[in-house]
Amino acid sequence: MKKAVNDFLVIENRALNATNYLIRLLSPEPLPAIYPGQFVNVGINDSSEVFLRRPFSIFEVDYENNTLGLVVKILGKGSKKLSEAATGSSISLIYPLGKGFSQPARADKILLIGGGSGVAPILFLAKTANTPAENVNILIGAKSAGDHIGIEDYRQYGATHFTTEDGSLGVKGFVTQHPLFAEEITGFDKIYACGPDPMMRAVAKMAQEKGIFCEVSLENLMACGFGVCLCCIEPTVKGNLCVCTDGPVFNINSLKW
Amino acid sequence: MVDLKVKIGNLEFKNPVMAASGTCGFAEELADFYDVSELGAIFLKGTTLRNRAGNDYPRMAETPSGMLNAVGLQNKGADYFIETIYPRIKDIDTHLIVNVNGSTIDEYIELTEKINELGKIPAIELNISCPNVKEGGMAFGISCPSAEAVVREVRKVYDKTLIVKLSPNVTDIAEIARAVEGQGADSVSLVNTFLGMAIDSEKRTPLLSTITGGLSGPAIKPIALRMVWQVARAVKIPVIGIGGIMNTQDAIEFMLAGATAIQVGTAIFKDPFTPLKIIQGIQEYLNRHGFDSVSGIIINKLQM
Ligand SMILES: Cc1cc2nc3c(=O)[nH]c(=O)nc-3n(C[C@H](O)[C@H](O)[C@H](O)COP(=O)(O)OP(=O)(O)OC[C@H]3O[C@@H](n4cnc5c(N)ncnc54)[C@H](O)[C@@H]3O)c2cc1C
Ligand SMILES: Cc1cc2nc3c(=O)[nH]c(=O)nc-3n(C[C@H](O)[C@H](O)[C@H](O)COP(=O)(O)O)c2cc1C
Ligand code: FES
Repeated sequence: MKKAVNDFLVIENRALNATNYLIRLLSPEPLPAIYPGQFVNVGINDSSEVFLRRPFSIFEVDYENNTLGLVVKILGKGSKKLSEAATGSSISLIYPLGKGFSQPARADKILLIGGGSGVAPILFLAKTANTPAENVNILIGAKSAGDHIGIEDYRQYGATHFTTEDGSLGVKGFVTQHPLFAEEITGFDKIYACGPDPMMRAVAKMAQEKGIFCEVSLENLMACGFGVCLCCIEPTVKGNLCVCTDGPVFNINSLKW
Repeated sequence: MVDLKVKIGNLEFKNPVMAASGTCGFAEELADFYDVSELGAIFLKGTTLRNRAGNDYPRMAETPSGMLNAVGLQNKGADYFIETIYPRIKDIDTHLIVNVNGSTIDEYIELTEKINELGKIPAIELNISCPNVKEGGMAFGISCPSAEAVVREVRKVYDKTLIVKLSPNVTDIAEIARAVEGQGADSVSLVNTFLGMAIDSEKRTPLLSTITGGLSGPAIKPIALRMVWQVARAVKIPVIGIGGIMNTQDAIEFMLAGATAIQVGTAIFKDPFTPLKIIQGIQEYLNRHGFDSVSGIIINKLQM
């Protein structure tokens, strides 16, 4: 069986800032191999208001201790409830879901772009890519300094850059306004991005213009997360595809953006 | 071991717990989790004669205790099913049932004839109740003359088990059930989704690209249960109960209301194991209440 449903134990739930939480979950079974870009569908404690599960990207995997980490940004009622999960409580996950990013080659110069909660799969990719740090640039965008999640540790995986809309950290503006795009963008072999739709579209447009390989991880609304409901579709050159099974990672050339 | 077998038309099912069309894909997606041959039957994703792209995104909106969908029968058409999907799934050891859709009676007939050729598909579920397509679909299921017409014509070309899926978006569902029974349906399954809608008050836009969609999940259960009860009293053919079934207790309630079998739909999205849990739960229920077969509770249904 390739996918499972299991109750995980909340072993840590830590506020990263006012709206983002890092939740670490202990698996009752040895974890399968999990790749950056893959996600879990999380059962939020039953209430009539939050009926369906909520999808969250996997932020980190610790095979030794059998734990998964998620970065949860409070958006509405489900993520709010999840952010209140008590240590020691259990949470049902369906996992591992979706297809992750393609693995960059060692020699590739790569640019990893994360915006908002989209940092989770991007930082997971930064950590696990077998590309040496000198070939990796990480660009993180947020509304303001207060919205940035603590990712100091990631400097070891590549040169780290920031943009904020109010200029309180790094370059003022959106990620695509960072000098990396103006000056050095053609120096990259591959761009990987996850974040709000307008951000990914802007990145995709730049990459397309310069003919750079680019993968984005989409966050379409989902009901099931494993390919049976056909609710999460994205129009592609191959017709409507399910973001949950054919994605969430897509090469921009296959999207109708 | 209690006996879970049930009969619909000439077909025997290993147990009365089935996966509903549109909520279990083409069986392969569920097979990623467990051995799907344990299910009583698998009602495959709605199929049409030709490729359909379905409706635009967004197609889904969560609502209190349920959800709206507006998928619009996205599927790659009959030939793709027959050539590509069927060979991969045909050896699954439970009944695979094709959910047959059309925008005209001729399309229903042509698709049925194609499916009739497939040795490992012992039954079809004639969907005359899809609320998410502009032509055909539910339009056939909401008046007696059109429901009769499509069932009559399909019956002429199909000798295997014919199940007709009814729409709840009618004033008197028992009347429609009697009408399709009169045209030779072997069974009726009900309910399909209720036409509903949702609006984002902040953005001041509808939540679905199609504005309206089909409501499913526990929100519809009491109405579905009432309709199953009404239909079971009105017809002699077996009734398959559907609508918001989340657990064993819900399934038993539908059987007490007169359903010979039940389908699990939206609950699969929350937990793909739900049908298996219900199979086990029914066994435990039968033991606890001293029945040696599931037909016991169906025969002992509420005398109301
Ligand atoms: C594959 C995937 C990976 C994801 N990874 C992460 C992650 O790592 N961290 C994280 O914080 N979030 C992630 N998300 C987004 C997360 O699933 C949503 O934020 C969450 O489901 C919102 O639930 P809620 O109950 O809090 O909001 P709701 O109360 O359901 O919604 C609040 C508002 O936001 C809108 N909304 C909700 N979800 C979406 C969406 N997906 N797209 C557009 N609008 C939406 C609703 O329409 C509503 O207006 C991911 C989504 C997907 C599909
Ligand atoms: C996303 C989705 C897709 C569906 N697609 C179909 C379909 O293709 N054919 C069909 O007959 N019913 C379809 N249905 C209806 C279900 O089979 C079922 O009748 C309905 O959802 C009520 O049951 P539930 O409350 O257990 O989900 C669909 C339902 C959902 C939620
Ligand atoms: S969310 Fe159900 S198919 Fe993708």
